[in-house]
Parts: sequence; structure tokens; C-alpha cells
Amino acid sequence: MAVARIQLPPQAKRGEVIEVRIIVKHPMETGFRYDSYGRLTPRNVIRSLVCRYNGTVVFEGLLSSGIAANPYLRFFTRAVESGELEFSWIDDDKVAGKASAPITVVD
Amino acid sequence: MLNPPSRGARRSALLSFGAALVACIARPRLGLAQPVMNPEVGTDARMINTPEGAIRSILNGATMQRGRVKLVLPKVAENGHSVALTVSVESPMTEQDHVRSVDLVSGKNPVPHLATFLLGPRAGRAEVSTRVRLNGTQRMTAIAQLSDGSFWFDTFDVTVTDEACLDGG
Repeated sequence: MAVARIQLPPQAKRGEVIEVRIIVKHPMETGFRYDSYGRLTPRNVIRSLVCRYNGTVVFEGLLSSGIAANPYLRFFTRAVESGELEFSWIDDDKVAGKASAPITVVD
Repeated sequence: MLNPPSRGARRSALLSFGAALVACIARPRLGLAQPVMNPEVGTDARMINTPEGAIRSILNGATMQRGRVKLVLPKVAENGHSVALTVSVESPMTEQDHVRSVDLVSGKNPVPHLATFLLGPRAGRAEVSTRVRLNGTQRMTAIAQLSDGSFWFDTFDVTVTDEACLDGG
């Protein structure tokens, strides 16, 4: 599996509300678990995930350790123009991730 | 007879010791009033967070009303490590009237404030789904803030048969 999988309708009418689904590959380590040596595993969760539609922020998720591993998000956005939905996220280890998916808008 | 200056010094020393003691006792309570979704790595979030405190910090003095929000989870979740959750809010999602944010609060998790979703008029439809970790049978709360600043909420009682935080936590 790639870093993230994004699902969008292949084509949308202008003004149509479309469903966006994303699953990011990430352990979402809670910081409450101990390893086999009894050491606490430091927390590493995606703190924020932003979705930009041709540069405009349309959705933002501020996540915590309460979100399941490999975070899945489903939300809606209005298809205004052809272009790209870009996702970017950052975790506790300051590791940033990026993924994008193209969208075609027809009249 | 005691020398007045030394007595004063002793009293101030006692006072400062008292103040330090009060500060030590008061610190966890201050923490309770201001929960954080992502505390510093390594801090034990269970010591500073409560669901009531999380809701208080989201509302920030405002009141919330039941309605307009619909929170859906399975009635019985067999595995607390991943429970599907959907929040939807009745809103036309226009520039004038839209949902600004949706917050999820767990009644039993070590970090009660699970997530904040920021929406806007571009969303078209105020509905968000995700998968959450649940530490046992509990009441989940979803709080939505609308563009006029009002807060609406819904709760859902979910039974979790195999909770998420059994291993070492």
C-alpha cells in the first residue's frame, strides 16, 4: 500500500457535492503502550491533516491518539473546477506526508 | 524574646513554603481545567484530561443544545481498536449558514478529546466519518459549532466488548 489511498468519483458535475475518502498508512502510536522491555513507546500520531482543493483549504482534521491506526476520513466537498485535491499531514515525529488525487469537473 | 526581623524572615520563609505547597497541589487541578488533545510526548494524558474538561474547553463558556447533530456508531463494537463513526449536521452549508467545526469527545478514553474537524461553506455537506479507538463501553459526544457561534450536540451510548487500551494501558 502506498502512503495513502484517496478515493474520489472519477468525474463530477460543476457544483456537485462529492464524497472524498482517504486512508493514510500510519501506526498512530498512542503513547500508552509498553514494549517487551517495559519501556513506554513514545506517542506518534498524525496531529493534523489538511485537504486543499486547488490551493484552498476545504477540510482540516486535528487528530489525537483516539483515532484508529491507519486513519480513515470521509468528508464532502463541492466540485467547483477541475484540478487536484492535495492532502498533507504531519505527525509527532515532525514527519510530513503528502498525497494528491486529480478531479475532473464537467459542465 | 524573639528578635522581630528574624521572626519576619521566618514567617516569609514559611509563607513561601506554603505557596510552593499550594502550587504543587493546585497544578493538577489547573491541568484538569484545560485539557489538551495532544499533550507533550511522554506526559501521561490520563492525569490531566477529563471528558467534562474537554467539553468545557471546546465550549469556552458558551452553552450547547441537543439537536441538529447526528452521531452514529455501532450499538455494539466488538473491537475497540477501530470503531466506525459518522457525524452529520443539519446545515445548508452556505456562506451565511454553515458548520465551522465538529468535535468528538469520548467519555472514557485517556485522551477524551478525540478529534476536531474544521469544515466550511466549501464542504457542501456537513458529514464526516472516521474510525476511533474506544477504551470500553461509554458515552460518545459530538459537538458542532455553527457559523453563528452556536453549539449543538448529540450523544451515543456505545457498548465495547473488547476495549482498545487493555495492553499496558
